[in-house]
Amino acid sequence: MFSKKRLQTALPYIILTIIGIMFFIPLLWMLFASFDAHATLSIEWPEEFTLDNWTQLLTDPDILRAFAIGVFLSLGSSLLLVFVSALAAYPLSRYHLKHKNSIILTILFMSGLPMTAIMVPVYQLFVFFNLNDSLIATMLFLSASGLPYGIWLMKNFIDSVPVTLEESAWIDGASVLVGLRKVIAPLMKPGIFTVLIFTFTNSWGNFFVPFILIQSVEKLPASVTIFQFFGQHGMVFYGQLAAFSFVYTIPVIILYFMGQKYMSQGFSLGGASKG
Amino acid sequence: MAKHKSINGNPYLRALIFGSPAIVLLLLFVMGPIIMTIYFSFTNMALTGEAANNTQFIGFDNFTRMFNDPSFKTSIINTLIFLICSAVIGQQLVGFLVAFLMKKKAKPFRSTIGLLVLAGWITPEIVVAFVWFAFLSDQGTLNTILGFAGIEPIAWLLKFPLISVIFVNIWHGAAFSMLMYQAALDDVPQEVEEAAKIDGANAWQRLWRVTLPIIKGAAVTNMVLVTLQTLGVFTLIFALTGGGPGEKSTTLPLFMYDQAFVNYQLGYGTAISLVLLLIGIALSLLYIRFLKTDD
Repeated sequence: MFSKKRLQTALPYIILTIIGIMFFIPLLWMLFASFDAHATLSIEWPEEFTLDNWTQLLTDPDILRAFAIGVFLSLGSSLLLVFVSALAAYPLSRYHLKHKNSIILTILFMSGLPMTAIMVPVYQLFVFFNLNDSLIATMLFLSASGLPYGIWLMKNFIDSVPVTLEESAWIDGASVLVGLRKVIAPLMKPGIFTVLIFTFTNSWGNFFVPFILIQSVEKLPASVTIFQFFGQHGMVFYGQLAAFSFVYTIPVIILYFMGQKYMSQGFSLGGASKG
Repeated sequence: MAKHKSINGNPYLRALIFGSPAIVLLLLFVMGPIIMTIYFSFTNMALTGEAANNTQFIGFDNFTRMFNDPSFKTSIINTLIFLICSAVIGQQLVGFLVAFLMKKKAKPFRSTIGLLVLAGWITPEIVVAFVWFAFLSDQGTLNTILGFAGIEPIAWLLKFPLISVIFVNIWHGAAFSMLMYQAALDDVPQEVEEAAKIDGANAWQRLWRVTLPIIKGAAVTNMVLVTLQTLGVFTLIFALTGGGPGEKSTTLPLFMYDQAFVNYQLGYGTAISLVLLLIGIALSLLYIRFLKTDD
């Protein structure tokens, strides 16, 4: 009886530890191989420890350019998205509009649609307007595809800022826009950072959109060059591929930790968890 | 109040002005393509060949072709298996199990396990594909581990392509469900569980009769949401198996891509997108319906 009870207490720890290990092991290969002079697909402690994979990668101008383009696309689209969604979310949060509920439901509905499904017509649209291979247009599309969810998050964050604070600013003679900038924006910092980090990460990791919309090799962001790198040298340069994957993942890890305290807030406000 | 009004002007006009950048972007890049999807599905648009210069309205030809295309049938079946095993069952089970078992455990243990599960989630899809390509390869980690048990190496991605991508997608997505279930479980009032305990219910009965009925709403919402996310998965499968070998792991997004951009049949590819879109619309309507009734 005593041992059964003990097992019952230990069991959750055992199961969770096994699950934790299962989640970690696939990533170990990337860590080891990136420092291995003779990396293969097998997981092994580097026999010959080297930084060559990293230095070769980080001194390759083509790869550095791909990272720069990735930053441009992700930062551009997320900044634009934050600005546009904050503007659109403000009246949805503050004004008494007759069809507000239907608008909010429409936005939620759109946030659920799989963007993969519209990539073929988006490609046709880009060809039609001669926007094909344009980084700016690709950035705009990345923004637009994240907008529904961005507006929804923003609206919830604005809801949490008391309207009385704003009203006192209006009484002091501030316009709505000034109130938005001077009163709401500072209080909305967590919300703005959540949306910014969320959309940056999404764009940074997005492979399909630039893969379809960008054709020139010198315009491709890191998410696509990493795939081509694999296709071109995959069989030989596993060490460099691992290092490439690692470098490419680092910004996401940093952003995650930066945004963690805001993220949990975003999650409880995200609505879906309210179910 | 009068002052308030003069500052705000007509709220509808203001809302329209504030919302206009968002409306323009959404109309141009989301609504526009959706309407185009419906229109182009009925044309023979192509990137090369005769139809490239002469796009014509061809009625339901794309759809008759689609329903007679064995590849379409295969990709529909693969999509259903992928959705059910990975989104409806796999991610829910793993996410719930982790969230449930983590309840009331010591903080350092909780956060370590949580972080490991989250690592799979924040890793970009294309990197997920690479690390699992290595993990599942002939000389990969999985075969090394199984080797200790005397099992011969298996070419997982060639022998079991669909099962492999299902597992990889569970690994990549489970953290989302874990976070959702953690939030839902935190909302379960402690008194209710205590009361059931006092009444003599064992752990299993408390889970089935008390906890699960309370979080049912959250579970259903999460299930629909994860299914929607999984419906659009392209990169993971494309980079891991390319939909192959043959068509063994070709889901609808892969099939759409092949027809539109490999075979250059844009009209046919768009017709496949429409099917994907319609499934997405149905699920998305379901999703907001659940949210609405719960509010």
